[in-house]
Amino acid sequence: MSRLSLGLLAAIVLAASASLLAGKVWVPFEAFVSDDPRWQIIAELRLPRTLLALLVGGGLGLSGAVMQGYLRNPLADPGLFGVSAGAALGAVLSLFFGFASGWLLPAFALAGAAAAMAILALLVGRSGSIIVFTLAGVIVSSVAGSMTALAISLAPTPFATTQIVTWLMGALTDRSWDDVWLALPLIAAGSALLALTGRTLDALTLGESAARSMGVDPLRLQLLVVAGVALCVGASVAAAGVIGFVGLIVPHLVRPFVGHRPSAVLLPSALAGALLLLVADVAVRALPSVSELRLGIAMSMIGGPFFLVLLLRMRRNLA
Amino acid sequence: MSSLAVNALTLTLGGRRVLGGIDAAFQPGRVTAVLGPNGAGKSTLLACLAGLRTPDSGEVVLDGQRRAAIPRRDLARRIGLLPQTADVHWDVDVETLVALGRYPHRGRWGESPADRAAIASAMAATDVSQFAARPVTSLSGGERARVLLARVLAGAPEWLLADEPLANLDPAHQLDALDLLRAVATAGAGVIVVLHDLNQALRVADAVLLLRAGQVVAAGPPDEVLTPQRIAETYGVAAHIGTTPGGQRYLIATHREPR
Repeated sequence: MSRLSLGLLAAIVLAASASLLAGKVWVPFEAFVSDDPRWQIIAELRLPRTLLALLVGGGLGLSGAVMQGYLRNPLADPGLFGVSAGAALGAVLSLFFGFASGWLLPAFALAGAAAAMAILALLVGRSGSIIVFTLAGVIVSSVAGSMTALAISLAPTPFATTQIVTWLMGALTDRSWDDVWLALPLIAAGSALLALTGRTLDALTLGESAARSMGVDPLRLQLLVVAGVALCVGASVAAAGVIGFVGLIVPHLVRPFVGHRPSAVLLPSALAGALLLLVADVAVRALPSVSELRLGIAMSMIGGPFFLVLLLRMRRNLA
Repeated sequence: MSSLAVNALTLTLGGRRVLGGIDAAFQPGRVTAVLGPNGAGKSTLLACLAGLRTPDSGEVVLDGQRRAAIPRRDLARRIGLLPQTADVHWDVDVETLVALGRYPHRGRWGESPADRAAIASAMAATDVSQFAARPVTSLSGGERARVLLARVLAGAPEWLLADEPLANLDPAHQLDALDLLRAVATAGAGVIVVLHDLNQALRVADAVLLLRAGQVVAAGPPDEVLTPQRIAETYGVAAHIGTTPGGQRYLIATHREPR
């Protein structure tokens, strides 16, 4: 494990402690060791919330790193390229039809994410152009978005509308252990699949023909990426709604430390994604505002400018 | 002794018959130049040999075994391909790039001493060791071409297939690259190289496979295959062939000539 990964782990431990303490009610250290009722806040609210932030952030960070390697596109991100939007559409459809509870919503979200990722993966074999994929991602994203809007406008009751809209703005507020137990196995399985892609992504550095001549099985890689990203992103969206930009940002933050080799970026991206989302979630809780800033909105406010800066730096290469 | 041959290879792409029944045999330890005008099927033939394309009929035979029956990884160890496009999608350093050539050999647990030795000798052979730590994007076109060739050589293939490896190189680097292909063949591998410049073929090739419109026009030693009459038939140009005082054959296309 690289020095960067160890440093990120240490930072995660620190941020997790802060996450257990911070919020509308500051829980002092004494509460941990006494029968203080505030212990309940820690055990039933902040602990699952912290774990969920780590899981979702890690899954999104890893998915972003794998997508960038697989699509050979440094702008790839599950949020920007429509995978999250596909998952959200699936989840919204399940809310629309009233299957909000149990395993149906995550199952719909997984199916939506898999469909969006499969469309991107089918396009990847045709052309290597960064611009084509970015546009394809935008199209997948906007089609899924407008179908989601359609579902909202046709929602049977105002309650369903509110439920859908609130849920779409990603957040980790009031999540319980149930959400953790739902997301944990799915994101763990997805991450395991994505971890298998590392060396094959390295081979893709030389382009599709060279990679295939070196023995890369494009179909196997495609299945791993589609299934892994669908599990990670689908479970993240099911547990926390749409949170964009994590997968875009973190690979770029870690590359200066570990180099550009796709496999070297994977683990640090997962750790940095977990850290980023946890810190952002602590920040939205600690901000003195009337009602809590939604985490998904906060990430977009950080991620939008980041994306612009990235585009400006890449402008010469794209032109 | 390794052997590679194609029997009655046909392939139709997008309604166009790109390969129309190609028979050819390649020799190890020799450089075979695949020549022909644009659209003759040279790159497609190479893609079939490397296993990137599956022919409609006919077969590629490696050491007496049908290619389709050889496992992907095994084939990748024995046949190395240097594709025409010099894509490097991430700004990795030179040594990392060359190490990618060990992909078909590497075990689950990272680089073995054999891997490291192969990488070092490939970098030494192509004379790129001195910029092992430099990012690929900082290299000139000639340096980059050598690094990409080092990547293929690191896999120590029995057969090296190169698709126009000399495009974008200045004359000095072209000569270097031709000498390198020659050296790879002398070391025992079979080299099959697609070339556009007939002079390069005259310089480096032991054998020539001349294609036109998906058919073999002629195969054999360059002096026998590349006659003015056959060049006129194949390329539609009148050619003057001469010999330099140093004994090097050269060829100049003087004007177009309807075939």
